[in-house]
Amino acid sequence: MVAALITGLLAGCGNGATSSSGSAGDSTASTGDKVIKIATQSPLSGGSSIQGEAIKLGAQMSMEDHKEEFTKLGYSLELVPYDDQGDPKKGVANAELIGADQQVLGVIGHLNSGVSIPSSVVYEKYNIPMISPASTATELTDRKLKVVNRVVARDDFQGPAAAEYAVKTVGAKNIFIIQDKTAYGQGLAEAFRDAAQAQGATISGYEGITVGEKDFNGVLNIAATQKPDFIFFGGLYAEAGLLIKQARDKGIMAPIMGGDALDSSGLVDIAGTDVKGALYSSVAGDISKLPDGQEWTARYKEAFGKNPEGYSVYAYDSMTVMLDAIKTAMGSGTEAPARDAVRDAVRATKDFEGVATKVSFDDIGDNAYAKVFIYKFADATYPGSLEAEIAQPAK
Amino acid sequence: MFSSILQTLPQVLIDGLALGAIYAVVALGYTMVYGILELINFAHGEIFMTGAFVETAVLFIFQGAGWLTDMPAWLSYVLIILIAMLVTGALGVGIERVAYRPLRKAPKLILLISAFGVSFVLQDVIRFIAELKTGNYIISTPQLFDQRYQLPLSSISSWFTDASVKANTLFIFAIAIVLMIGLDIFVNRTKWGGAMRAVAQDRETASLMSINVNKVIVLTFFIGSALGGSTGVLFAQQYGTIDPYIGFILGLKAFTAAVLGGIGNIRGAMFGGIVLGVLEMFASSNLGILTGGNFGAEYKDVFAFMILIIVLIFKPEGIFGKAIKEKV
Amino acid sequence: MGKIQTMLQANKLAQGLLLAAFILVTAGAVYLIDRSVTAFLLMLASLLLLYYTSFSNGMKWSIAVFLLVIVIPFATSGGTSRESYMEVATQCGIYVAMALGLNIVVGFAGLLDMGFIAFFAVGAYTYGIFATGQANNFISGELFPLSGGSFWIFILIGGFIAGIFGILLGLPVLRVKGDYLAIVTLGFGEIIRIIFNNLEKPVNITNGAMGLSSIQPPDLFGFQFTFPHQFYFIVIGILLIVIFAVRRLEHSRLGRSWKAVRENEIAAQSMGIPLIRTKLMAFAIGASFSGMMGVVFAAKQTFIDPTSFTLIESITILVMVVLGGMGSVPGVILGASLVTILNLQVLTEFTSWLNQLSQQGIFEVPNALSPSKMQRFIFGMILILVAVFRPHGLIAARNRKLPPEAVKDPSPPLSKPEVQPD
Repeated sequence: MVAALITGLLAGCGNGATSSSGSAGDSTASTGDKVIKIATQSPLSGGSSIQGEAIKLGAQMSMEDHKEEFTKLGYSLELVPYDDQGDPKKGVANAELIGADQQVLGVIGHLNSGVSIPSSVVYEKYNIPMISPASTATELTDRKLKVVNRVVARDDFQGPAAAEYAVKTVGAKNIFIIQDKTAYGQGLAEAFRDAAQAQGATISGYEGITVGEKDFNGVLNIAATQKPDFIFFGGLYAEAGLLIKQARDKGIMAPIMGGDALDSSGLVDIAGTDVKGALYSSVAGDISKLPDGQEWTARYKEAFGKNPEGYSVYAYDSMTVMLDAIKTAMGSGTEAPARDAVRDAVRATKDFEGVATKVSFDDIGDNAYAKVFIYKFADATYPGSLEAEIAQPAK
Repeated sequence: MFSSILQTLPQVLIDGLALGAIYAVVALGYTMVYGILELINFAHGEIFMTGAFVETAVLFIFQGAGWLTDMPAWLSYVLIILIAMLVTGALGVGIERVAYRPLRKAPKLILLISAFGVSFVLQDVIRFIAELKTGNYIISTPQLFDQRYQLPLSSISSWFTDASVKANTLFIFAIAIVLMIGLDIFVNRTKWGGAMRAVAQDRETASLMSINVNKVIVLTFFIGSALGGSTGVLFAQQYGTIDPYIGFILGLKAFTAAVLGGIGNIRGAMFGGIVLGVLEMFASSNLGILTGGNFGAEYKDVFAFMILIIVLIFKPEGIFGKAIKEKV
Repeated sequence: MGKIQTMLQANKLAQGLLLAAFILVTAGAVYLIDRSVTAFLLMLASLLLLYYTSFSNGMKWSIAVFLLVIVIPFATSGGTSRESYMEVATQCGIYVAMALGLNIVVGFAGLLDMGFIAFFAVGAYTYGIFATGQANNFISGELFPLSGGSFWIFILIGGFIAGIFGILLGLPVLRVKGDYLAIVTLGFGEIIRIIFNNLEKPVNITNGAMGLSSIQPPDLFGFQFTFPHQFYFIVIGILLIVIFAVRRLEHSRLGRSWKAVRENEIAAQSMGIPLIRTKLMAFAIGASFSGMMGVVFAAKQTFIDPTSFTLIESITILVMVVLGGMGSVPGVILGASLVTILNLQVLTEFTSWLNQLSQQGIFEVPNALSPSKMQRFIFGMILILVAVFRPHGLIAARNRKLPPEAVKDPSPPLSKPEVQPD
């Protein structure tokens, strides 16, 4: 019995040896090709997969636009998409894999701040620059890592901007806040709460829900007793859609507002016609209003057969910034640049003109040109119509 | 404090009863299978979820064929429930055949592990299908009834605020009651129902009394799963959005309901479901008020699991169950 | 063929030579080839091969330690993918230790625990809270974060606190059996996670959903552990202790009591086995292994939040134990390694390979079917297939057999007869 197993394993060993030598041939062939890889990390599965997919596709599109240019320089570009599943553990494990692959010079991602924060520690170890097209948590850049950059606004800018709009423009006095007990939802809701209180509104409730739940009647019953004139929700679009619908079912007609995670066509699918009147703040602008936006949208649609989501164009710009930095770091040399050179070149990006936004990274990697946009659903179509555009206060 | 609890009480009751009715019908499936096989059919929550997805699929087909506008809404509702019951009933029978029957003589632990396996496989298979067809696994389903009625309770007494009820909630009550009464009559009045009770009491003696035990088990799985599937339809209509993971936690809570009422006891399961639904809704509406804001609605699942643990520890036979002495 | 078999069986030297050749070839392959998953897996398979040789136990142990401590770290240091191999190996070690802990509860004592990840979480949070500024919220004096040097003590503290939680869970569920136990533990696991997720008020203890970041990495006389290849040695060290402890426990008086309780509780009780103590010990010891690895996990990730401790993690560990063989220590080690490698390397690499193919336009795989999303499906299938076709797992548990003369020996029942370990 034992011997049979051994011989079996030996036979397996013979096969294995040949197959592994085969893969050896493959890998040497590919190193001779001078490949530059850029990884994306975003949730390609799970509840945020619509936005995660959008990040991957946006980055992919930019890469394809620059392929020719790099071929002339003697490099072939390759996108390595990783699925972080919105799970910090998975994000970190992927980051180790990315770090180990010497050909990867940069990362576009992540969507969730909760994943960006631990993963960036790994990138810092390996000096791989990351540009996030979506993570807004303050802590991400406040830790002053050399590799972390983002093109979008911070929560302590988005939350207060939303609060200012709610209090000053909508005239909210009695605000009920619901959050989904995730790092993102809670961070945003707290920033909103503090700013709204500072603006003089009363917070009549601050309740939590569970992601994945479908029945929010309990929380809404509490809201109903407080008779709020404004409801803010910190959380993701799937719960937001149900919350809006069930609130209207209960006859709670106060305007409901959420953060950038509501910037998704999924919200309209779920809430249906009840979405009318709902507001959301987003760090992503409405590209159809921008000079190159319509042409860009058309190209995106043609390439991938679907409409871009809010983050698609930010991922596109992030990738373009990254490739630009790689070119800068390469200088006139023919060797692929070192990671730390790319890292410094990314951080040094100044006044870069992207499709959606201008990009200038400050000393901790925040984009000085990041803005917050307030949208409202005038009717049940995505995206909503732009209501206000708030620029970052000068530091 | 009490006035604010009282204010929302009518609304809490309505929402709680709707949730409780769903728990109750799902709990029936757990209780029936447990009564016969002494197995917690963990995949039952996923059968419920499959029912919800069948509902959406059928509704889209109806919509595509233009039947929805031709048929009265209640007729399509009933038709969809029947289709979902057939599909999920067959699914339940298939699961029994593949994952449980080969293990009937195996230790309980092995059977339970197989049940968990089925549960995960179903979740992912449904996700494949949903994602392949729509590109996303969170799916919104068209609503058949979207009327809402306001109940002007504040005009009756200033203690209450106005409550509202959806047309679909009323439909849930109606269907749940029909299903429960139907099952009760079936189990207590028909020949097959008698056979079921006999097998539940003593499988070997029943087989000696020329009862085809295998057929009874298949029938139990069919009926239990069909009930679960029909609840999936009610759920999808009530909330309008479904995903492949709705079944697991809801299944656990329905199981809690079954335990609360005394597992193996059909009327107990109905009672347990209603009680749990109302308690859970009450907790999520009032925990914050009762604890001065320290523990809010986010603790409602803890509350539900605590009920389960407390019942299992202190009264494992449930409220209506009979305590069983273990034989050596 | 048959001749070779018998020859190999008899000849330890031949076995040794074959094993050495296998190790040399695979280790050489790992050293020379960059990013070859196959070579790395085959190198790990040499441990399995070692298990099937007919060397004495001491010999097997020394070879295994030699492989783990010297050969594997050296072989992987050849290429650029060292850190990714080591990351996989480290995670493997963490999961093996946890699976061995769960194996005590499920495999030895027959108590199906579906919320095992809770103890891992307790361990991770124990270190996380004190190795960040978090503890300042409820202990005055700005004493925190503790330095990375405290990590080594915290391995023990984490294990100890997780053990206490094990007893806390064990006490109420003593009255509950079988299926009910599975449900209660599942509920317990969820309760712990929800509480960790919400415990930022009234007193901020766990920082809620925001998680704890910037956890101090371990520190030994000024040497900081940050890279996976450094953590690898910590994990291997703990793992060897855990395996040693489990092997000793399995054949101890306590271990035999667990198995007796598993086979028939009432019979065991009537034979004088203290039911309560035996079950509680299973929960406590199993939980403490998990808690120790929780501390390592927190230090390695430097960030923890409640999303790392969901139900699917508990299920993953259960899959490892069931696949490997409940109650079988070598089986569980194999099961845990297989599932971890499947999860971390095979699925990820396979997905990126498919992805490359579709980028090059060779063929299109629908996104819904991407292998890295099929975790649940694969785990579910493993559970069903193992339950139906191989309920004893890949390597079935063997009970130690006493030679007949030892049984006839009229020595008093409490003195253990000396037997060769199997």
